[in-house]
Amino acid sequence: MKKQGLQWAFSILGGLLLLFVLGPVLGLMFSSSPMKLFETAKDPEVKNSIMLTLGTSMAGTLLFALAAIPFSWILARYQFPLKKLVTAVIDLPVVIPHSAAGIAILGFISRDTWLGKAGSLAGFNFIGHPAGIMLAMAFVSLPYLINAARDGFLSVPERLEKAALTLGASPARVFFTVSLPLAWKNILSGLILMFARGMSEFGAVVIIAYHPMITPVLIYERFTSFGLKYAQPVSVIFILVVLVFFLILRLLLSNTKKS
Amino acid sequence: MLKLTGVTKDFKGFRISDISFTVEKGDYFILLGPSGAGKSILLETIAGLLSPDSGTLELNGKDITNLPIQQRKVGLVFQDHAIFPHMKVKKNLAFALHGRPSGFIRERIAAMCKRLGIEDLPERYPSTLSGGELQRVALARTLIQEPEILLLDEPLSSMDTRLKSGVRALLRQIHREGQTIIHVTHDYEEALSLGTRIAVMDHGRVLQTGTPDEVFHYPRNGFVAHFIGLKNFFPVTIRMSNAIPVAVTDAGLRIQVQQGQENAKGFVMIRGEDIVLSNAALDSSATNVFSGRIREVTVTPMGYDICIDAAETIHALVTRSSLEKMNLREGVNIWMNIKATAVKFIEE
Repeated sequence: MKKQGLQWAFSILGGLLLLFVLGPVLGLMFSSSPMKLFETAKDPEVKNSIMLTLGTSMAGTLLFALAAIPFSWILARYQFPLKKLVTAVIDLPVVIPHSAAGIAILGFISRDTWLGKAGSLAGFNFIGHPAGIMLAMAFVSLPYLINAARDGFLSVPERLEKAALTLGASPARVFFTVSLPLAWKNILSGLILMFARGMSEFGAVVIIAYHPMITPVLIYERFTSFGLKYAQPVSVIFILVVLVFFLILRLLLSNTKKS
Repeated sequence: MLKLTGVTKDFKGFRISDISFTVEKGDYFILLGPSGAGKSILLETIAGLLSPDSGTLELNGKDITNLPIQQRKVGLVFQDHAIFPHMKVKKNLAFALHGRPSGFIRERIAAMCKRLGIEDLPERYPSTLSGGELQRVALARTLIQEPEILLLDEPLSSMDTRLKSGVRALLRQIHREGQTIIHVTHDYEEALSLGTRIAVMDHGRVLQTGTPDEVFHYPRNGFVAHFIGLKNFFPVTIRMSNAIPVAVTDAGLRIQVQQGQENAKGFVMIRGEDIVLSNAALDSSATNVFSGRIREVTVTPMGYDICIDAAETIHALVTRSSLEKMNLREGVNIWMNIKATAVKFIEE
């Protein structure tokens, strides 16, 4: 009887937590009329910002994946000196305040650094450029991909890689035909996580580039310049876009568990 | 022919040291030892997954110590089969034939499936296969690359008795077809039933190498003897008594033997079925008569194992009728009668 009482108390606490998350989101969803949402969705400024947000986050995710996925395999398979330190460094962006991360990146890509100079040679300045936005997004979202991919490779029995080697495959062929396909679901969910996390970044991006405006910055601008009523419809539309990817991720994860 | 010379390797807390032996073409070579003896490390070193800290490996007169795995022509079948779960059986089998013409691959797969009796499996995914089927697929996948030497890591360990005899027959068939095999096991019956040569390992060292006959009839030390299931095996020193050689064990048991020189060191071996038990001292031709107390009676496939505490612990093997007739049970005092001809002295 006592235990049941405890269960009830804990369940009620849980219900309150759910309400805390769902309440504001649902409130927001119903804050604007469908008409208003439709109008906002057609607004070129909104459309452009969403395209920019999706594009830069996608580009950052894919570009950094080229290095992050092989590196995750190294992390999963080998012991090396200072490995714990390396793992900690990878998780660093998760704990650094994002505005501070933005400041750090700004110092790294401003015009007098080698990266900034490389950008100038290619004819652009990272600051206020989609390339800069991409770097800021990748900085804060990279840990999600690396950790997911590493867990994926860890779940592949090392014996399968050894077996492939004894069957005459080169190490590269083993990686592409055995390790990568078997870790693929984890890697894909890592890619989506990184992509979604990059899209929703505000703090780091706003320091690198106020313009061109990604959607989180646009929402902020509409709020500060025009007020809550103008920020709400953009927020709703952006949340819907992000939800699509969130749903894909959940579906993917539930499939992984079944198989 | 595979020749190992002084192979030594330290790996993750396991160690093999100074391993030397030769596997001739056509041998069915058994590496026999308890778990932790270093058998699997040795196998992975031969396969090339590990490189030795020192020592050399030669295959057909060519030094392969530092040759990449892909070029070794040595095939390894893992204990848990290590079939790629994301590929159909067909693709698993084709894995080692990468880069060959597709017609060639198709023919080889068909021929291999026929040879191993898995013609109906190529389109299946590994998750739908039974343990026995996985075993055959793993063998086929390795054999398809025509390895000079087939390495098997505990191929029968995870199988029930019925399945085991089927796979044993299959391994014998593969060996008869001319395949050189190195097979790792901890089961001496498996070693006896399959091997043409046996190396007994413990603590990372090879203790004895020889034919099953040599190893089972002349075990070189107590570990080998006990590991291959011989129970009455004692280190002894020969003392002459009235010109008759008597083997004296460390615990002071005196056993008359047929031949031996004063001070010769070695082992005596007595088969359990050669020990005649009686409730009273017999006036018989047996020259060795000891008394002791029964510690334990155990059922075995061959009868009953009677474990008796005398100066040494001795195991006798009796039939069910003797057991009942003599009322053999724990705590009973009993006489053991052993002819000198039943005692084998192996000089060190």
